[in-house]
Amino acid sequence: MKNKSTLTISLLAIVLGILVGVLIMIATGQNPIALFNALLRGATGIDLMRGTGVNLRYLGEFIVQSMPLILTGLSVAFAYRTGLFNIGAEGQFMVGGCAAISVAILFPMPPVIHMIVAVLAGALAGALWGFLPGFLKSKFNLHEVVICIMMNYIGMYANNYIIVHLPGSTTTITANAPQTASLSSEFLRSITNHSRLNWGIIFLIIAVLAYWFIIEKTSFGYSLRATGFNKDGAQYAGMKVNRNIVYSMMIAGALAGLAGAISVLGTFNYGRVLSAFESYGFDGIAVALTGACNVIGIVLSGLLFGLLKVAQPLLQIVGTPKEIGEIISASIVLFVAMQYGIRIVLNHFKTRKKENRTIDTDQTVSKEGVKS
Amino acid sequence: MTYAVELLNITKDFPGIRANDNVTVRLKEGTIHALLGENGAGKSTLMSILFGLYQPTSGHIKVNGQEVKINDPNDATALGIGMVHQHFKLIECFTVTENIILGMEPTKYGMVDVKRAAKEIAELSKKFGLNVDPYAKISDITVGMQQRVEILKMLYRNANILIFDEPTAVLTPQEIEDLMQIMRRLVSEGKSILLITHKLKEIKEVADECSVLRRGKYIGTVDVASTTEKEMAEMMVGREVNFKIEKEEKEAGQVVLDVQHLNVKNAKGVLGLKDFSLQVRAGEIVGIAGIDGNGQTELAHALSGLAKAESGTILLNGEDITKATVRQRFDKGMGHIPEDRHKHGLILDFTLKENMIIHEYDRAPYCKGTMIQQKEMDRYAQHLIDEFDVRSGEGIDSLTRSMSGGNQQKAIIAREIDRSPDLLMVVQPTRGLDVGAIEYIHKRIVEERDKGKAVLLISFELDEILGLSDQIVVLFDGHRNGSMKASETNENELGLYMSGSKKGSEQHEE
Repeated sequence: MKNKSTLTISLLAIVLGILVGVLIMIATGQNPIALFNALLRGATGIDLMRGTGVNLRYLGEFIVQSMPLILTGLSVAFAYRTGLFNIGAEGQFMVGGCAAISVAILFPMPPVIHMIVAVLAGALAGALWGFLPGFLKSKFNLHEVVICIMMNYIGMYANNYIIVHLPGSTTTITANAPQTASLSSEFLRSITNHSRLNWGIIFLIIAVLAYWFIIEKTSFGYSLRATGFNKDGAQYAGMKVNRNIVYSMMIAGALAGLAGAISVLGTFNYGRVLSAFESYGFDGIAVALTGACNVIGIVLSGLLFGLLKVAQPLLQIVGTPKEIGEIISASIVLFVAMQYGIRIVLNHFKTRKKENRTIDTDQTVSKEGVKS
Repeated sequence: MTYAVELLNITKDFPGIRANDNVTVRLKEGTIHALLGENGAGKSTLMSILFGLYQPTSGHIKVNGQEVKINDPNDATALGIGMVHQHFKLIECFTVTENIILGMEPTKYGMVDVKRAAKEIAELSKKFGLNVDPYAKISDITVGMQQRVEILKMLYRNANILIFDEPTAVLTPQEIEDLMQIMRRLVSEGKSILLITHKLKEIKEVADECSVLRRGKYIGTVDVASTTEKEMAEMMVGREVNFKIEKEEKEAGQVVLDVQHLNVKNAKGVLGLKDFSLQVRAGEIVGIAGIDGNGQTELAHALSGLAKAESGTILLNGEDITKATVRQRFDKGMGHIPEDRHKHGLILDFTLKENMIIHEYDRAPYCKGTMIQQKEMDRYAQHLIDEFDVRSGEGIDSLTRSMSGGNQQKAIIAREIDRSPDLLMVVQPTRGLDVGAIEYIHKRIVEERDKGKAVLLISFELDEILGLSDQIVVLFDGHRNGSMKASETNENELGLYMSGSKKGSEQHEE
């Protein structure tokens, strides 16, 4: 019942978000068909306007764009299930990428092992960035949001400092990651018509399964959920609430760090000096909320936001401002955040429908009705 | 005689359940009409229909003789119907006046005219003997006062038909007494009252008529003056009810819980429990009597490990547990049925079965390696709900939030008693529950005592303390103020100790 209604809200928010995009396009004299064409083309390469067919490179790039979003979405959601708001995914993402490229460049290792170690180093760095806010929260009750925001800046400037000091770096980027550490895959490239699709997808799949397994199946996940739902209740039951807070933030950080590592070693193949946040972490918040912190929901909403990202340049090609994509993303988040209002409207429609029926055979009364 | 409200042949169906089945309740003008029924009997549904929150499947509502249709609470308010909810709907950081005028603020030059409103409220308060300070902040006044603010809220909106939903559940004995006075005053000023409750004593004391519901069905309406409590209870439960708690004299065994000179700070950081000593022996029930807020919470939290003891020692079976964690205390033989079942006792968004393994979730047989063993959890939860007769819509898969209060409490009691702890600490075990559930829970507590377990009972209900306990210790202002055998005292004497009018002498203790 509860899951069903959150699903309805998410879907409704997406529809409304796209509707807002369409309305704005119409109002500014654009052809809204271009939007749907760009979305379709972004996912498959099919261009109805010019009549091109399926091009798997588009599919590959679409998945590449979605991967970090799904991971940061999982990161935010994981913390959220424990009652924490991980706004620090941004910083965790950056230090994850930084640690991964550092290990790739500084410590030569045999192939495969080098890659795995570099990616895990990224996850570890993210975990450390998550550990600090978690630790300070559990020990001194400092709010994780404040600490996370500060950690984001520390992460960005630490990244920029380290990147330029790595051997072979220019003032803006590092040398390319050595073959042994790179996630790029000839095989995946070849089946997707030379997209940047890379082995990161394996790590992504493992992370998705791990998220589901930990939260739903393990005793650790059980106590995390208990803590998230009712901290006092968990404390009464004898659970280590403070320990859970630290672990939860660390795992959340590791997921975001993994996203950073995959992005650096897979998509770019080099580390970059960042002049501003790239917003992967913040997008993760949107992904987690739209996906209702449910694993399937997060994967789907991650794909949706990824699609909106790849559609932007495609819109620009046909002369439509790419900001439409961002307007839609933002509107979806806005509508998800308005879910309380949406629920009221939905209930209103339900009661209206009920009154219109003459014989009362109603089956859609809210849950509160049954207990009296 | 005219009727203020008539609910005629009301039937209300929800999916899979008929919450009200042809119920007729008629409230005579200027009287108090009690609506009696167990949890889940359909009282709240009926009142929600009257208040416009639900539409009846069939039946009519008449207000002052006119047939009306109530679509939402605004309609109800316009018809002069007001409701005091069990859980108050007040904004803590606002003053009394601000809370009362919220939603219909009187204005002057476009600004809220608090002064005028406060004056009106003061007049209303005086007229009905409510004695409320219009400028007091909600967070600074007692629960009893807050309830009066809710009453004023109705009166300010010119309500003539007042619904009280379980109004005494949160009050101290004195406050209950005051509320009864207020209700009589309201009626004498021409208001009509519908009182939802399952406390027979209160009905007997204040109501004129009483309608009884049982499992959604209308059982009947009786004249309160000519009906005994026992008769009403039997109408409500549908069988004979035993008020008296059956308990045999028993020799207490060795000391299980030994508390010495315990000091505990309260939420505000000052000592809420002061130099408190207590012993509970095997096979006895020690009752802690006292008015809410005199150190009971601090005591319970310090014993369970939720709060830290500033000084003093707690020995359980001779072992010092003063610094032990919550879990260590559970493992060493403590059971704790907490005061607040929603805050502490249950994870409301968990299913019933998940709540049943809350202490043992990471241990065999419920956890192997890192995996929760679903089958073991199901089996154990099923065993508990069968054994303790916990009822819910979807059995062990029910969300605990959707269960009735009585069954939530039964679930907690099942979980804690089944672990068979040497010391069972029971705090307010029957708050807000109906006669049937109370009877059952009392029986299980006495059974634990008869099995030779030590039971510490903390309760604000004097009847419960007197009926269940072997020994009674009074808490007043965080101090131990007297102790006595339950069989050698009575409500009056206890009341004097509880209010601090009588001081417990040291010889009295131990």
